[in-house]
Amino acid sequence: MERDYDDIPGTYLLDSRSYRKGYHVNMFLMSLNKEVCRDEFSKDERAYLDTFQMTDEQKLAVLERRYLDLLKLGANVYYAFKLVSFDRQPPQVMYGQMADPRLTFDEFQQMMHEGGRPIHGNRSVEEWNNG
Amino acid sequence: MANLIAGMGTSHVPGLGVAIDNGKTQEAYWKNLFLGLEPLREWHRANVPDVNIIVYNDHATEFSLDSYSTFTVGVGESFKPADEGWGRRQVPAMQGHPELAWHLIESAMIDEFDLAVNASMDLDHGFTVPLSVAYGQPSEWPTAVVPICINVIQHPLPTALRCYKFGKAIGKAVASYPDDITVGIWGTGGLSHQLGGERVGVVNPEFDQQFLDNLTRDPLANTRLSHTDFIREAGCEGVEMIMWNVMRGALGDNVTEVFRLYHVPVSATAYGAIILENKKRRNEQ
Repeated sequence: MERDYDDIPGTYLLDSRSYRKGYHVNMFLMSLNKEVCRDEFSKDERAYLDTFQMTDEQKLAVLERRYLDLLKLGANVYYAFKLVSFDRQPPQVMYGQMADPRLTFDEFQQMMHEGGRPIHGNRSVEEWNNG
Repeated sequence: MANLIAGMGTSHVPGLGVAIDNGKTQEAYWKNLFLGLEPLREWHRANVPDVNIIVYNDHATEFSLDSYSTFTVGVGESFKPADEGWGRRQVPAMQGHPELAWHLIESAMIDEFDLAVNASMDLDHGFTVPLSVAYGQPSEWPTAVVPICINVIQHPLPTALRCYKFGKAIGKAVASYPDDITVGIWGTGGLSHQLGGERVGVVNPEFDQQFLDNLTRDPLANTRLSHTDFIREAGCEGVEMIMWNVMRGALGDNVTEVFRLYHVPVSATAYGAIILENKKRRNEQ
């Protein structure tokens, strides 16, 4: 079913659709809250992922740290943070990787220092397409 | 009778906790923000209630897709800082206030708020960062706390109006609490920010300042915003601002704004803070 927020561009929120699509990948990410699970994952990432009922596409996105793809495959950003933390990366690395166009850590910081991404032109897909 | 002295709103960005914990508040990135927060900390030094009711959200820490209630009240004797993926934050444990928590639950249930009850939830940055913002790095926190966790992540969320009404029920519960204690209420999260997707980094100062203005002058205006309004205008995670409506609802109709700060950026967010004193309290004094 369509939602009234579907026309907000570049935005992935956790609703019943992404909940169902991303259940297992999010539960994997959630498991990284536990030190014992982080240890397992660091020993053999692929083997640990295989203990979850994730799709191969989701597993590959995790292994390759493709965060935007993870969101598209149902992961929620707060769950995805667990993987960023596991890698001991600052979140700006993930933010920059998801941004369109992609931004480096420094470029993302610079955008925020300049006041962030302006809301004007970013409210709807229509605004995006009209440039 | 308990006295609700004031409400505070503050963002709860994890980076703030990292800056405080690692002594970075005087570094270039943080210096102006913490200078701006000094009057807030001064206010907190002069106004320490017996209990703070702190409205926050859990970020896939204690609650997850497996179980996430809309409103959860913490009734434990004490609460630990959570391991969110990088070990527990090195801050003191938080003392609960089970008597007030249970009174609040009993009172609000009669007002038709069907609350979840939790005795052992660990508290993540959504809860611990506001404590650090207000109180710095004490060896123990100066007040007991009643944690109230609100689902602002997994849609469907409670409406902005529902949050305000829940605040009203909390205010009523505090007013009917028999012991002569002082209470504060905090709303946390926000302001505009989006952490995921191609639109990551959205900030909308006009929307944020209007929301802050409304808190003082026209709180019902903030209850008429839909989730989609928040997400479109203030970013996917900007919807956390509905938790500030709980804080505002708990206060009386007339409040005095004694502090406001708006600062961009803190990480990928717009930082906001406000302190609203309950006018009723001043009249009583």
